[in-house]
Amino acid sequence: MIPLSYFLVFAAALFCIGLYGVLARKNAIAILMGIELMLNAVVINLVAFWRFRSPESITGQAFGVIVFAVAAAEVAVGLALFISIFRRRNSIAADEIDLLKW
Amino acid sequence: MTVMHVVFLITAVVSLGGAVMVVTARNLIHAALWLILTLFGVAVMYGLLSATFFTVVQVVIYIGAIAILMIFAIMLTRRVRQEPGSNVNKGWWLAGLIALLLFTSLVWMLSSWPGFQTTLQELPQDFDSIQVLGTALVSPEGYVIPFEIASVLLLAALIGAVVVAWERKS
Amino acid sequence: MSDPVNSIAAWLRAIFSGWGLSDGLITVILALLGVVILATFVLVVDILLVWIERKMVARFQDRFGPNRVGPFGIIQPIADVIKLLIKEDILPIGADKFIFNLAPIIALATVLLLWAVVPLAPTVIGADINVAVLYVVAIGSIGTLGIIMAGWASNNKYALLGAFRTVAQMIAYEVPMIIALLVPVLLARSMGMQTIVAAQSPWYIFVVPLAAVILLVSSIAELGRTPFDISEAESEIVAGFHIEYTGMKFGLFYAGELLHALTVSALISTLFLGGWRGPFVDQVPILGPVYLFIKAFLVYYLIMWIRYSFPRVRIDQMLGFNWKFLTPLALFLLIVVAILDKVLAGVPTLWYSLVMLGANLLIVWGTLLILRKYARTERIRIGEERPVAVSPETDVKELVGQE
Repeated sequence: MIPLSYFLVFAAALFCIGLYGVLARKNAIAILMGIELMLNAVVINLVAFWRFRSPESITGQAFGVIVFAVAAAEVAVGLALFISIFRRRNSIAADEIDLLKW
Repeated sequence: MTVMHVVFLITAVVSLGGAVMVVTARNLIHAALWLILTLFGVAVMYGLLSATFFTVVQVVIYIGAIAILMIFAIMLTRRVRQEPGSNVNKGWWLAGLIALLLFTSLVWMLSSWPGFQTTLQELPQDFDSIQVLGTALVSPEGYVIPFEIASVLLLAALIGAVVVAWERKS
Repeated sequence: MSDPVNSIAAWLRAIFSGWGLSDGLITVILALLGVVILATFVLVVDILLVWIERKMVARFQDRFGPNRVGPFGIIQPIADVIKLLIKEDILPIGADKFIFNLAPIIALATVLLLWAVVPLAPTVIGADINVAVLYVVAIGSIGTLGIIMAGWASNNKYALLGAFRTVAQMIAYEVPMIIALLVPVLLARSMGMQTIVAAQSPWYIFVVPLAAVILLVSSIAELGRTPFDISEAESEIVAGFHIEYTGMKFGLFYAGELLHALTVSALISTLFLGGWRGPFVDQVPILGPVYLFIKAFLVYYLIMWIRYSFPRVRIDQMLGFNWKFLTPLALFLLIVVAILDKVLAGVPTLWYSLVMLGANLLIVWGTLLILRKYARTERIRIGEERPVAVSPETDVKELVGQE
């Protein structure tokens, strides 16, 4: 059947693509999309480890549920912040919001 | 090459292809729709891992709430004039290099771990993961404290988002 | 021949393995065959629904409805389909072509996906997953996605505005819908549809009628039908998110909405009216779908009746109704049902059902009392003295009486 390695490599690839999105994109919402990809990769890792290594203890799934909740909360607050910033500065490109730079 | 292998391969290609399009699409709404495709692929992955609860909850939360919220935010923060110039930072090649290095080092480190090639054990026939998960999330010997703290976190995020995005009419 | 579906499936399986195909491949082929047959049957019923809708609205409005094309106008929907097919297929300037074409497909596909978890008979169900109720919620969330895509891809301000309002309405009404869906799950101790139907010794509508009412109201709002059809209000935003769709794409939206109504009726009758339960259904499983469709059409008739009797609700009234009335009521009902369920743990079924029913009726009575008090204060507030419109020269203080 499918060994654990397939899922781990898939999750690693997804994480690295998300990392590229976070580091390389200008628009703040595009950065947030990269963060979501990384969180998804993490939860796939958790669930894969639960299924393959210790299916009798439900810890992997419980951890995944909590990560879901935290991701939803973070996206909501982040998008509210972006909308608020856009109202002030009329731009959410990450390199144009640099008032605090020295 | 069993049916499972074929399904896994198709899902992985669709998800990773969608993820690449997410981080390279110029039009943000297209990026959001590619993100939805990727999240669907991830949901199918959860199905392959016999975590049916996660499959459905992924669709409900990520696609039904988070992705739609992102699309709303993109529509509300669009500039009237489409921004010219590239959609990536100046050092994007460095970001690509870092991502590639991280991927190769992860795969190399994992492949030297003896548990890397673990195969699937059959779950017992009457294993109801929902039942076990539900009991674990509310039992005092289980994970009731992280569960309750997550609820408080969601409440704080709800109030915070409303307050931050409130339009102050002076 | 009392269980035709499973016997035909076993016969086909024997034929295919006689041809030498592997087991996994046979399962895939049989599943695909089942999907095609179910989807075709459901879509044919959808065409019938167009006729039923038009006849019903006509009778409610004291006229005849279509009666020229065939006996009783029964071929009218086919004429409608031919008309839609030969209409010009317009793509607006600046519209995003791929998303514009994808949106009606997603709108109809999400409705068809719901039929996978509707239990048609004790032994016939598309996919007996143990998270079926959550699956229904998930598919509902994808439906809102189709609407956003339609509204945005049309490159039209009215469409976008309509899409925003529709999505706000649908996301808002998902909350009481999910809470009301949890009540039969609580009573049946499982989220799987077959388990819920099998556990309905008294039908759940006689045990928790308030949950059925809340689910009905939230589902009507989810469907976007009157009195919640702010998304298609012709007088307000000119047909909302499907304003730029012509021909068969509009047909997909229209048929999808009617089919969604029937699907929701089937789900409500599965969760609350006992689904395929009825006399003699254990010995003759083929009667299961018959009972299910009778009950589904009864609920569908109720939804149509509500549509033709109520005026449209304003968007702020609708959202206020949801957040200030329906959601607290649903939450309170869930808490009461959960507490009663634990308190009445070992009690025989009849007393259990009667106590639950009594608690439900008590909550309804309490809610009506609160509403009556609220309505009274509203009426007093509206009946106060208000200034009337006068010409600028008149002295208003003199008119009102020096207050």
